[in-house]
Amino acid sequence: MISANLSAIFYLISGILFILALRGLSSPETSRQGNFFGILGMIIAISVTFLSIGNFSSGFVFVLIFLIIGGSIGAFIAYKIPMTAMPELVAGFHSLVGLAAVFVAISAFLNPVAFNLGSPGNIKLGSLIEMSIGAAVGAITFSGSIIAFLKLQGIMSGSPITFKGQHPLNALILISIIVLTFLLCSTQSSNLFWILLAVSFLIGFLLIIPIGGADMPVVISMLNSYSGWAAAGIGFTLENTALIITGALVGSSGAILSYIMCKGMNRSFFNVILGGFGATEQLASSKNKEQKPVKSGNADDAAFLMKNASSVIIVPGYGMAVAQAQHALREMVDTLKKNDIKVSYAIHPVAGRMPGHMNVLLAEANVPYDEVFELEEINNDFANADVAFVIGANDVTNPVAKTDPQSPIYGMPVLDVEKCKSVLFVKRSLSPGYAGIDNDLFYKENTLMLFADAKKMTEDITKNL
Amino acid sequence: MEIDPFIFRSSIFILSIFIGYYVVWSVTPSLHTPLMSVTNAISSVIIVGAIIAGLAGDSENIFNTSSIFGFLAISLAAINIFGGFLVTQRMLAMYKKKKKDKQ
Repeated sequence: MISANLSAIFYLISGILFILALRGLSSPETSRQGNFFGILGMIIAISVTFLSIGNFSSGFVFVLIFLIIGGSIGAFIAYKIPMTAMPELVAGFHSLVGLAAVFVAISAFLNPVAFNLGSPGNIKLGSLIEMSIGAAVGAITFSGSIIAFLKLQGIMSGSPITFKGQHPLNALILISIIVLTFLLCSTQSSNLFWILLAVSFLIGFLLIIPIGGADMPVVISMLNSYSGWAAAGIGFTLENTALIITGALVGSSGAILSYIMCKGMNRSFFNVILGGFGATEQLASSKNKEQKPVKSGNADDAAFLMKNASSVIIVPGYGMAVAQAQHALREMVDTLKKNDIKVSYAIHPVAGRMPGHMNVLLAEANVPYDEVFELEEINNDFANADVAFVIGANDVTNPVAKTDPQSPIYGMPVLDVEKCKSVLFVKRSLSPGYAGIDNDLFYKENTLMLFADAKKMTEDITKNL
Repeated sequence: MEIDPFIFRSSIFILSIFIGYYVVWSVTPSLHTPLMSVTNAISSVIIVGAIIAGLAGDSENIFNTSSIFGFLAISLAAINIFGGFLVTQRMLAMYKKKKKDKQ
């Protein structure tokens, strides 16, 4: 049994190690060390908790058993999960943090003595407020992440689900959460606590259903942030520094990522959260559906163009992940490099379904990270490149965002693909992208459409090189 | 008059938000996915609360409603801790430089 002061110092140390874990991610070289700091911080926090309770009775055995059960499941998932499924995995993990926060809050509410928070029916006011916030945010994180998971997994349709009176209903529920928290604090009634939880689960669900599939990068980041605030709320309840520091770190991390994602789409945070983007715009675009001429080619044509190029820029998007084409793509690039063609990759901030999604897939395919560039770094190079190879991306290359103020994506930063001498566009059909707008790029003089599955087409091109 | 401990905790909280703000802005965009998985893992330090809850049952009655929720939360958080750190490690191991790649 160690003193409360000593354990507080150890919790502070593990909080600092968590900061270093995030700090390490500033470059790939330091990142592995950072992850090690994170693991160390976690081991310290868990060991100190055991030591400070000092109760190594039969209960302790059960703690270990449950720890091992969860740990094995987690380790199994971590080794088995394909990299293309990272967004689903992260959404799933967020839901678990949320649910764990809810469970901890419930058990603190039922047995406040164990946590030094007073007695049942007479919990300290401050603790009760913190507990309610932790539980409510945790519940929202849980149900919201479940919906995000189902949408990403394709079990639930990715299109936004909207209905009349949606926003007033959500506002009403949010107000009721505040009222319930207030009533709970004044009456200490356990019924109110359960109702608060139920309502929070409901609002998490309702908040995420109107948000469409391509807005998932924002949603995942936002839920990341929520899971942090939930942890911080519980940290206040338990008076635990490690948890407060971590909660704040994760909360601000998620908030920054959401901000970056929103900026990548030139949309305000509220615009995304209020949802219904895809549904309304599609109507507008279907009106002017006249047939414009499109040049389409095959793998042979593409290989010819690339063979005669001196520099090629590759623009990957979500379609590459769906087709699992990253390995085939890297093989194609290897062949190009053998022919002394300079190849780089251009990644738009919102390419894929979560922040950094494309980078991970390319890293998986052994693409060195110093060949991969962000939008600002590479956008000027398109004018000097011979071929742009767009694989699975669409809206992020649409020049309409720069030219047509009427367009729903006007103002969104896009990759200047059209400035290349020629553009190869791998796509299954001419169908518009998620935003439901026609891509002007399809009809440009210098664009060659390659209608095929991304993986198959890339493989065919490699054969023809 | 004595300062309420809540104020101290709030100070830590607010300062940590600032630290988080600056640290996360310095994360390179290509590592945003590992950032999410590692924040997932560290936010599961909530397991300390779950352990306290799990050990709160008395020796004759290990499983009461409160401790059962604690045990469940331990498992959930453990999935996240192991899963989060290991998947992050797996991802980070893939980020290689050009030189290494050619060898």
